Amino acid sequence: MTKPATTTPGGVGGGPRRTRLRRGTRAVPVPLLLPALAGLAFLLLPLVSLLVRAPWRDLPEQLASAEVWQALRLSLVCATSATLLSLLVGVPLAWLLARTEFPGRGLVRALVTLPLVLPPVVGGVALLLAFGRNGVVGQWLDSWFGITLPFTTTGVVLAETFVAMPFLVISVEGTLRAADPRYEEAATTLGASRFTAFRRVTLPLIAPGVAAGAVLAWARALGEFGATITFAGNFPGRTQTMPLAVYLALQYDPAAAIALSLVLLAVSIAVLAGLRDRWMTAS
Amino acid sequence: MTDLDDTAPARAIPRAPAEGLDARLVVDRGGFRLDVELTAAPGEVVALLGPNGAGKTTALRALAGLVPLTDGRLLLDGVSLDRTPPESRPVGVVFQDYLLFPHLTALDNVAFGPRCRGATKAEARAQAAEWLDRMGLAEHAGAKPRNLSGGQAQRVALARALATRPRLLLLDEPMAALDARTRLEVRAGLRRHLAGFEAVAVLVTHDPLDAMVLADRLVVVEHGRVVQEGTPADIARRPRTDYIAQLVGLNLYRGRADGHTVRLDAGPAITTSEELSGPAFVAFPPSAVALFRDRPTGAGARNLWRCEVAGLETYGDRVRAGLTGELPLAADLTTVAAAELGLHPGAPVWAMVKATQTHAYPA
Repeated sequence: MTKPATTTPGGVGGGPRRTRLRRGTRAVPVPLLLPALAGLAFLLLPLVSLLVRAPWRDLPEQLASAEVWQALRLSLVCATSATLLSLLVGVPLAWLLARTEFPGRGLVRALVTLPLVLPPVVGGVALLLAFGRNGVVGQWLDSWFGITLPFTTTGVVLAETFVAMPFLVISVEGTLRAADPRYEEAATTLGASRFTAFRRVTLPLIAPGVAAGAVLAWARALGEFGATITFAGNFPGRTQTMPLAVYLALQYDPAAAIALSLVLLAVSIAVLAGLRDRWMTAS
Repeated sequence: MTDLDDTAPARAIPRAPAEGLDARLVVDRGGFRLDVELTAAPGEVVALLGPNGAGKTTALRALAGLVPLTDGRLLLDGVSLDRTPPESRPVGVVFQDYLLFPHLTALDNVAFGPRCRGATKAEARAQAAEWLDRMGLAEHAGAKPRNLSGGQAQRVALARALATRPRLLLLDEPMAALDARTRLEVRAGLRRHLAGFEAVAVLVTHDPLDAMVLADRLVVVEHGRVVQEGTPADIARRPRTDYIAQLVGLNLYRGRADGHTVRLDAGPAITTSEELSGPAFVAFPPSAVALFRDRPTGAGARNLWRCEVAGLETYGDRVRAGLTGELPLAADLTTVAAAELGLHPGAPVWAMVKATQTHAYPA
């Protein structure tokens, strides 16, 4: 607000306080303003409708059912597990992409981000072909260790990890690239191995980026539908997460679907609020 | 080992005493080649002085192991280090902007090195506390780097580097991150700490004052090569390149001496007090130049050139005039004298230097 006073370009309009849709002294062009407002309305309208049509009176009853809590609990457990799994392998992967040179790195990076754009159903089919009972890896897991992944809770975690991890990797890699690699050099001259330098210096420095990536991945995992239903099926209590429960409920009990959706919306808003306070304004 | 004859490969000859640093650093980097010879005895502080882009920092990084040597050797106390990874070298580095770990306190920054080299957490912290105390920073032990002043941060960085008990201490532009006011004090403090350091210290700087105050010996690097080496006094008195001459504030010319005259490669001859023959340098300080508006009469053993003022710069109560013409040179005069002469860019002047004020030496 301490900008030096300048003359209004074009000189249309009167005093500087005439409209509220002005930033400083520069008017927002109508060809940009109208589509922007339309876009905003399009994003908000469905959410508002959800609130408007919510069966507020029956809501306590709807949410009291055991299935809802079962699905919510499963969703939270699976999304959190998928996030932890993503952290465990995704952060090192991001480090590899950001800090080392190897042939084909660009290709690897593209492949890592592929699940971002791949339809989740295709991801689910691919997971079945890899880890299914007759899958490339799955057949050995089954015959050697007796491990079956599809249509299990572990399968849900895998499906969610497959879809959510790229968000974490991209976020962490970006943070790593922005972080000064000379801190690692300084640690090295003090006798730290490259791993110690990563653990004791780089990781604390990029913690905000890792946390932001983890939250993104968690939110993505929580909402995961396509890959989950394809790879893990829809068994209440075992693989039926909230999005699956919502979809199923919509077939025979729309009110229940709305109630479930409200719960997911509340969780999402809580996450966004947490993100905003901790990481988004800080960085 | 000491009886090898001179025909043995260069790598195998222990040139310097086993103690201290003996290095030839060759680093090829896309069109730029660094090739400097560097030796130093324990307790000696050597400054690598040179303009930006001369390769000083590359040399430092090569010593630390952060850049691999293309060729050459690196012996520290008789042990070859050129294949040793940086974390295993007994080398401490004070980086240009210190690179203190922002998430750790001053104490934990200093304890980092000892911890990495095997000390327990308690030992490492005790050592770190001792180092901070020695640097006069005991009360800042719990402070995060962002809450330290520039001078304090530099001392923490020095303590952090020294806490690993290095046999070679490297300082990259240790004064560059400080403002002019704190420099004086910090420089004096750093000099004290370096004087007390028993192993080899190599510092990189483009500031001749830092180099001359802090170092026992200067190695001047230009375009990846050593162009001159010696004590600060020696280099100030007998500069061998334009860069050094400008650094120490001297007019420097190269030519061929014949008796009391040095005929410059390009330009006039200069009469000198020393008698020499063969390739020679002539140097004189800008304060030795007297300026006149009209040609002075009765010239004895002195030099007189017709010049033109190219530029004027004021510092303190002095004016430095840059002159072009028969001989390009810098002249210092008082602001009063400059005003009386009516100096302005483009003004013609006569520049005179007495032979006794020049200093000629073999090139």
